[in-house]
Amino acid sequence: MSIDVLPPRVIPCLDFSDGRVVKGIKFQNLRDAGDPVELARAYEAQGGDELVMLDVSATTEARASAVETVRLVRETLSIPLTVGGGVRVADDAARLLDAGADKTGINTAAVRNPEVITEMAQRFGRQCVVVAIDAARREDEQDRWQVVTQAGTKREEIDAVGWAREACERGAGEVLLTSWDRDGTRSGYDLDLLRAVSEAVTVPVIASGGAHTPEHLVEALEAGADAVLAASIFHDGEHTVKSVKDAMSRLGVKVREAEPVA
Amino acid sequence: MSSATVHIVRTGTANIASVMAGLRRAGARPVLTDDAGVVESSARLVLPGVGAMGATMGAVQSAGLVAALRKRIEQDRPTLAVCMGHQLLGVSSDESPGVPGLGVHDGVGVRFSEASGLRVPQLGWNSVTKPEDGARFLTESGYAYFANSYCFRSVPSDWMGATAVYDGSFVAAIERGNVLTCQFHPELSGAFGARLMRRWLVNAGVEIAQDAAGVMS
Repeated sequence: MSIDVLPPRVIPCLDFSDGRVVKGIKFQNLRDAGDPVELARAYEAQGGDELVMLDVSATTEARASAVETVRLVRETLSIPLTVGGGVRVADDAARLLDAGADKTGINTAAVRNPEVITEMAQRFGRQCVVVAIDAARREDEQDRWQVVTQAGTKREEIDAVGWAREACERGAGEVLLTSWDRDGTRSGYDLDLLRAVSEAVTVPVIASGGAHTPEHLVEALEAGADAVLAASIFHDGEHTVKSVKDAMSRLGVKVREAEPVA
Repeated sequence: MSSATVHIVRTGTANIASVMAGLRRAGARPVLTDDAGVVESSARLVLPGVGAMGATMGAVQSAGLVAALRKRIEQDRPTLAVCMGHQLLGVSSDESPGVPGLGVHDGVGVRFSEASGLRVPQLGWNSVTKPEDGARFLTESGYAYFANSYCFRSVPSDWMGATAVYDGSFVAAIERGNVLTCQFHPELSGAFGARLMRRWLVNAGVEIAQDAAGVMS
C-alpha cells in the first residue's frame, strides 16, 4: 500500500480529434464538446492539478493536427500536460514533447513492443513515460483482468496486473489505469482493479474509467490510486473541478486549493 | 538583444517547450542556445533538464558548456535552473555514479526511499516552505509541481533554501545572489510558479507589464 504525502491529483481528461474536444462512451459515439484551449484554461482555473489529452483521431490527417492542438494548449497552460493516443515509437513522443507535452502516454504500441518503454525512459526520463493500460475483467475469471488494446477493440491474453508490473520494470514512471468495463458507465471506478495494480507497482497510479461523482474519486484514492482522472463528470457542466475538489475536501481528503489562474 | 530575452540551454533532454511557454507567459522572450559564449555571458539564462543526470550532464559536456556554466554562476549572472538543472549544480548524484556534476556546491543527489511506502518518482504538488528571511526569490510558501526520484537532502552552505517533505525533508529550491535553482517545475506550478519566475525575471532586468505578466489575476 502507498502512503499519501501529496494531495491527490484531480486530472480532467480531454479526448480530442482534429482540433476539437470530443467525448466518447466506450470510445464510440463521439460528439463535439468544445475547444481544447478553452476547456484546458477553464480546468486549470478551477484547480485541475494536471491535464491529460488523448488524441482519438481515426484518420492520419486528423492525427497530424494533434501537434498543433498541443502547441496551442501549452501556450496557455501552466500545469502539467500529458498527451497520449497514437504514440507508437519514441519519435512520436518526441514530437509531442517538443510541442509542449510534459509526459506522453503509450498504450497499444507498448503491448506490441515493450522495449519502446525502456527506449522512451532512457531518452526522456521515466517521469515522462505514462503507460496507459486498458483492462477488462476476464469472462472466465472475474477477479482477474486482461489487457485490452486498439481503443478497446482487441482483448489480449495478457494479465493486466502483470503487465503493469512489467511496464514499470521496463521504465514506466506512471500507470494510467482505465477500466474498460466501467469506462463511460458512470458507475464508479473498478476498485478491485485499482487495489490490485496499486499493490503491484511502486510508481504512481492514475485511476480512470467510470467516475461520475466526487464519492467515486474518493473511493479510488482509498483503493490506492494516487491520482484520479475523469472526463464526462466535468464536461457536462454538472460539476467543475472546483466543486468536485470542494466535495472531496468535505469527505476528508486533503486537496490542493485552487488559486487564481496565472 | 531585447531587454526581455532569456537564453535557454538546449540540453536535449528537457520539456523545453513547456519552459519556453512559461517564460513567454511571464513576459519574457525565450531563445534556445548551445553556444558556450552565450551561456557564459547572457544576461539571463535558464538551465532546464528532465530525465537522468548522466544524460543531461552528457549533453552539457558534449556541447562544451561545463566551464561556461560554472563561470557564469561564479560571476553571479542571473541563472535559473530547473529540476535536473537544479541537480546538475551539485557534485554528483546516486542516479549516475561516476558522473561529476558542475560542483557549484557540495550537494549530492540521493534517491527517495520506496521503503517508506511512498511512490517513486514523486509526481505531483508538494507544499513548499520558504526560507526564514531575506530571500530574494523564494519569498512565498505554497504548492509546487514536482517530478523527481532524486533530491538534495540539505541546503548547501552559503545558499538559502526552501524545503518540502516527502519521505523526509528535502530541498525544494535554493538561491544565492542572482542564481535560483528549483527541484520543482516553476513553469508547471500554476500561479505560484509564475510569480516566482516573474521575480527572477524582474531581478534580472526584464520589465514586465502587468498584463503580460498576467499573474496578478
